[in-house]
Amino acid sequence: MKIVACLKQVPARDSLLRLNPAGTWIQESDISFEVNEPDIFALEEALRLKEAQGGEVVVCSLGPARAQQAIKEALAKGADRALHLDDPAFAGLDAFGTARVMARALEAEKPDLVVTGLQSEDFGFAQTGVIMAELMGLPHSTIIMQIEVQGGSIKVKRELEAGWFQWIEMPLPALLTIQSGINKPRYATLKGIMSAKTKPIRKVGLADLGLTAGDLAPQQKITRVYVPEKRSKTEFFEGSGKEIAAKLVDKLKNEARVL
Amino acid sequence: MNNEILVFAEQQGGKITRPTWEAIAAGQKIAEEIGGSVTVALLGNNLSTPASELAVVEAEGVLAVESPSLAEYTPDGYALALAEAIRSRQPHYAVFSHTYQVRDFAPKLAAALGVGFISDCLSYRKQDGRLVFVRQVFQGKFNADVEFTGEPPHLVSFQAGSFREDAVKRGVAAAPVTTVTAAVAAEQVRARPGERFREAKQAVDLTQAEIIVAVGRGIKAPENVDLARKLAEALGGEIGASRPICDGGWLPMDRQIGSSGQTVAPKLYVALGISGAIQHQVGMKGSRNVLAVNKDREAPIFEVATYGVVGDLFEIVPPLIEEIQKAKAG
Ligand SMILES: Cc1cc2nc3c(=O)[nH]c(=O)nc-3n(C[C@H](O)[C@H](O)[C@H](O)COP(=O)(O)OP(=O)(O)OC[C@H]3O[C@@H](n4cnc5c(N)ncnc54)[C@H](O)[C@@H]3O)c2cc1C
Ligand SMILES: Nc1ncnc2c1ncn2[C@@H]1O[C@H](COP(=O)(O)O)[C@@H](O)[C@H]1O
Repeated sequence: MKIVACLKQVPARDSLLRLNPAGTWIQESDISFEVNEPDIFALEEALRLKEAQGGEVVVCSLGPARAQQAIKEALAKGADRALHLDDPAFAGLDAFGTARVMARALEAEKPDLVVTGLQSEDFGFAQTGVIMAELMGLPHSTIIMQIEVQGGSIKVKRELEAGWFQWIEMPLPALLTIQSGINKPRYATLKGIMSAKTKPIRKVGLADLGLTAGDLAPQQKITRVYVPEKRSKTEFFEGSGKEIAAKLVDKLKNEARVL
Repeated sequence: MNNEILVFAEQQGGKITRPTWEAIAAGQKIAEEIGGSVTVALLGNNLSTPASELAVVEAEGVLAVESPSLAEYTPDGYALALAEAIRSRQPHYAVFSHTYQVRDFAPKLAAALGVGFISDCLSYRKQDGRLVFVRQVFQGKFNADVEFTGEPPHLVSFQAGSFREDAVKRGVAAAPVTTVTAAVAAEQVRARPGERFREAKQAVDLTQAEIIVAVGRGIKAPENVDLARKLAEALGGEIGASRPICDGGWLPMDRQIGSSGQTVAPKLYVALGISGAIQHQVGMKGSRNVLAVNKDREAPIFEVATYGVVGDLFEIVPPLIEEIQKAKAG
């Protein structure tokens, strides 16, 4: 099986995010980045399928030079090679633009299965994988918690709301968006890190794909990013741990009446 | 181009789902804003019962799109059928609730139509004659104003709770139902969906709990969950968790609170080291009192907190357990 895993680099969860002076995005210069969490689970799923079925895992990441870090981590975990989609024209694309570039880049790969995360932690579109499926002419399913390969088709467990699930069968090739928690992702081993150094990473730009900037024209535009206005009437408590505890107990007892 | 607002209605086994009413409320408000009219679109097979359930709302009409290929939800079937309806009607906006089903097919629909889809919005406002949509980015740490850049039809979905079900305006007379047959052939539907099911081992029912102490990733390590358990014991409550804690196996799945877990409404909900992502909030924001302890002042959980402590839970919780025990003893 040839499996493509799409990985996006996003600001590390614990970084202190600041807005840029124009208030149109965050300041990316002084923070660290990591792989989008559900994408780590998607990659793990791809690696396990390869280990069970044989084949190849190709990593696909669209992003600036720093995305190499995410790619190298994936190669160290066992992915075989990578496509790094990097071009100034790819900066600030919306879900449609990103999906368009990735779908075009994967055309020649003819994968049996494409896996993405279900949602990015920065934009949070929850769209890129599904749009790719449409552009690539693939059947798809989203929020996947289990995958079983059965010859030329797959059976997947899709998460529904409130603890419900559903099994869905579809022919391969297909695209799946993976939910966090589907598996226990591995860590890279030292051996893996060493062997990753020789694995091929192909850089792909706009012209290589036969696309023009016009093909990637956004369908939506962020005009402003800001701290949400606080509407809550939260009562905050300060002081030493002991002082706070005493005040809270008073509230819980006399106001909330739960003690 | 006209000023129609097409609202997508979701049905499950012939019953209209709750988020549908929120989408209708959103559609009605947008219609008022731009001087348009609402049509509610429903997909499936044999839709007369759910269609009449919808006909009570104030709307230009209910469009029932039927086909045997739509008897069960599939992204192929729904995207094809709705694309056909949108192509022929050319609404200005198509409005959705951001449910798991909508997440599954709406991006495909938008791509098939070559139009934009602004997903998971909190609200909108009118600015210089245009609608500006507000959605969360960075897991709720910031909001973003987003505008469509292309031509209509525009697709937009709203997060659960953004509009109120009880804000839906009812019509003076039943809205007329138009039934059309979708040109969706069975072989165009590539996925075969099975029955919906629940994992059997649902041991605890948190929906009945009066007090819940929930832990999130701020608890750092599985052995620290005991600290939260002690607080729950002191309060006489149950322990709950955010999703990553259950994913990691630190607590069993039936302790998970949120959109994919349980929805609870206790008298007191204590959130320890939980950021308050929307998928968590939908499961607990009906709680009468919320006490949040988080070291990040900007964490979205404080938006729904009655009482807040900005600080390290490991410094707050031990004295809190002590004080509660004292208060209960005295
Ligand atoms: C389709 C879908 C369904 C989902 N369903 C659910 C669901 O049902 N339930 C759910 O919970 N999530 C769900 N999620 C995941 C959700 O989006 C969040 O990722 C998740 O809720 C985050 O969990 P958390 O708050 O524990 O972790 P984080 O977001 O990592 O937050 C940890 C918090 O702990 C704080 N912290 C760290 N150290 C300390 C300390 N020492 N003292 C005090 N505070 C500290 C940090 O400031 C941070 O705010 C779903 C996501 C998707 C996309
Ligand atoms: N720039 C990118 N590079 C690689 N994969 C991406 C990129 N953007 C989005 N994806 C994939 O699409 C998923 C959904 O992203 P989004 O639509 O932004 O919520 C992510 O979890 C990734 O797997």
